[in-house]
Amino acid sequence: MSVALEYHPFESDVIVVGAGGAGLRAAIEAAASGASVTIICKSLLGKAHTIMAEGGMAAAIGAVDSRDNWQVHFRDTMSGGKYLNNWRMAELHAKEAPAEIESLERWGAVFDRNDQGGVMQRIFGGHTYRRLVQVGDRTGLELIRTLQDKAVASKLTVFMEHTVTKILLRDGRVCGIAGYEREWGRFRVWKAPAVIVASGGIGRIYSVTSNSWEGTADGQAIALEAGAELMDMEFVQFHPTGMVWPQSVRGVLVTEAVRAEGGILTNAQGERFMERYDPKRLELSTRDVVARSIHTEVAEGRGSPHGGAFLSIAHKPAEFIKKKLPSMHDQFMEFAKVDITKEPMEVYPTTHYVMGGIRVDAETAATNVPGLYAAGEASAGLHGANRLGGNSLSDLVVFGRRAGFAAAQYALAQAPAPDPEPAQIISAEKEMLEPFALEDGENPFTVQEDLQKMMMEYVGVFRTEAQLLEARAKLQSLQERASRTRAAGSRLYNAMWHAALDVRNMVRIAGTIIESALLRKESRGAHSRVDYPDTSQELQKVNSVTRRLDGTLTVRYVERPALPAELATVLEAKDAGVPA
Amino acid sequence: MSTQAAPEDATSATTRYEGSVRDEALRAQARTGRTFTLRINRGEHGDSAGRWESYDVELAAGMVVLDAVLFVQAKHAPDLAVRWNCKAAKCGSCAAEVNGRPRLLCKTRLEDFNLAEPVLVQPMQTFVRIKDLVTDVSWNYRVNEKIIPFRARTDRPWKFYQRDVEKAQEMRQCIECFLCQDVCHVLRYSGEEKPAFFGPRFFVRAAGLDFHPMDAEDRVGQLRGEGGIGLCNITKCCTEVCPANIHITDDAIIPEKERAVDAFDDPFRGIFRRNGAPKP
Repeated sequence: MSVALEYHPFESDVIVVGAGGAGLRAAIEAAASGASVTIICKSLLGKAHTIMAEGGMAAAIGAVDSRDNWQVHFRDTMSGGKYLNNWRMAELHAKEAPAEIESLERWGAVFDRNDQGGVMQRIFGGHTYRRLVQVGDRTGLELIRTLQDKAVASKLTVFMEHTVTKILLRDGRVCGIAGYEREWGRFRVWKAPAVIVASGGIGRIYSVTSNSWEGTADGQAIALEAGAELMDMEFVQFHPTGMVWPQSVRGVLVTEAVRAEGGILTNAQGERFMERYDPKRLELSTRDVVARSIHTEVAEGRGSPHGGAFLSIAHKPAEFIKKKLPSMHDQFMEFAKVDITKEPMEVYPTTHYVMGGIRVDAETAATNVPGLYAAGEASAGLHGANRLGGNSLSDLVVFGRRAGFAAAQYALAQAPAPDPEPAQIISAEKEMLEPFALEDGENPFTVQEDLQKMMMEYVGVFRTEAQLLEARAKLQSLQERASRTRAAGSRLYNAMWHAALDVRNMVRIAGTIIESALLRKESRGAHSRVDYPDTSQELQKVNSVTRRLDGTLTVRYVERPALPAELATVLEAKDAGVPA
Repeated sequence: MSTQAAPEDATSATTRYEGSVRDEALRAQARTGRTFTLRINRGEHGDSAGRWESYDVELAAGMVVLDAVLFVQAKHAPDLAVRWNCKAAKCGSCAAEVNGRPRLLCKTRLEDFNLAEPVLVQPMQTFVRIKDLVTDVSWNYRVNEKIIPFRARTDRPWKFYQRDVEKAQEMRQCIECFLCQDVCHVLRYSGEEKPAFFGPRFFVRAAGLDFHPMDAEDRVGQLRGEGGIGLCNITKCCTEVCPANIHITDDAIIPEKERAVDAFDDPFRGIFRRNGAPKP
């Protein structure tokens, strides 16, 4: 691996955009398949948002509970996703996750161990058995470091702190990508017949989020511009437990592992309110249900002092808490001066994950644009209307691997990518530099903040037609303002310029969320319409698909393929076991 | 919620703030929304001295230095350069020096300072500045590439227990903030040309691999050779600044140094040398 710092035209077989779990796994597989691979990532290598994944990685290996198998995992994933999942993806995911755990271990990952000398697995919301392979509450870091080390040992080229702005096409096929160096501000072009978008999520579109600044929907936005379809964009997961206070850490994630290890939610009156919303699964209900429950408790005046719910694990021994939840213990001690071994935490839903994303083929992760692939949070399908905790890390490696394999096969079968059309390159560079030309434009940070507040208020946990129409109107003016944001100063590591380009992507993708949310007139999973509180049997048969045609966003329903008889049988089967 | 003082058995998370100002009066001040002065050392590539710029920042409850820097970026100096990602001390991006001490900006609370005085923020001094608080840390990535990768043993069953992995897991908590590299005497005064020395971060990484019960390699020869582990004089500065609480000196460097001595410098044990050093 080499870290390129100077400008030179760069050619490879496969370009991977993003160096989180999906991007690194894709790059490793593409390289192992014989392709030359370039990784382009927005931050330094190893800083991707995957490291924020805390609780674990779901895989039905049955190391702790031998009753587990892929069928139960498949069923849990479909049930958690309110049956809107791409069933083929859910099947492949459940079947292939165990092998990915084994690969990671052979590459040096050190997961927590059980008393039989195998890996430890913990229970999580919506999973029937103990299924999450973990490293305390820093599982994502372990995944990233393992894949990073493996990538370093593979022959890859990594461009750190580079942002991509445009997928380059020739005759309707991918021929490369354009972007800029964040550090030095230089324009760059990379050539390749295959591009894998593994750029993560969109959380930054909302004001209260667990996502880092990077989650600005770049991958979704450039894919949409290149003609790719987005699917299920109305499904944005609000993680039930984000930090509430102090203000500066509002939205920072409180891992579901707190509830998995026995944490209890109460309201200001001391009631264990989950008894009313899901008496069977209580705190370990699915995330959509727990998020709505906390939201409702606060809205009805039973919130904690800073407007959240109490989450307590203090009934467990202090040593147990420090061992099982070390980073939560530190996080609350450092940021809120709360000792979670003695006191309750205050929590409230935080924008966490987008189930929707780039529409892909289950087996190959290919999009409708030849040469364009997508994996991880940037893609859609596996999680349906609501993602189960722990299914994201396994998603990254299962479909990262598939994307890397398929993109390499495709690229190696192609003639070398044709040169991008000069006109496309010129327009990409012009668009990139536009903020410097808009001297009387607006401060991008202000527009970003206004967008985030608007989305939080109008397109949040609960939605109505009136709110969504209001959001549509407000977005129009935000889109106008975003296109006129300016940058001042030099191109050297210029945060204002970066923000101006980011916000252009953010408003585009906010539009797909609003339009898809308006279209789906029912409540399902993470999409809760106050005006359509019921789940519709009819709408279970369709996914929303957004696309940009001649500069106009269109949204339509697309019929889902029918579930094959074998999988239908799996869904109907009942297990002898009860949730652990 | 309880606001009682930390009990005797409080963790290092609390005790690490010893010596900083944190009396009630200042905490109260931090809650009032008053302003304080943040001084940021700014400059472009190659300007190692930089210039100190002062900014007024509105205090908010629980504010950390990164909040203050981002406030300046949003309100006063939109082209101010700072690296950050998670804002929860998990990614290690926002490493810098606050009042001369290497710290994560996101983990440094303002209420631990006397805000009657300006708070000073400068980039890590061991690395060349790109702009403002952002430094060129690519040297670390080049060192990382040299480390002998993990190779899984195939001569025994894949079966081991939690106690077998405790040490490896401690090493693997590293978030690669490079604060240990920043504070290390061997690296700090070396200028742009770094010596043949991997630095604490990569002793930790190598130790993490060496401690893995199923690793088939041994990196002790590499650490003693191109890694330059002998240059470390165990002053423990790296351990002090580590935000992941890794006992870098005691648990990584000293055990690897001892293994290096056993394997290469002990005349008695030298006869076993061809068998390599015993792994911990």
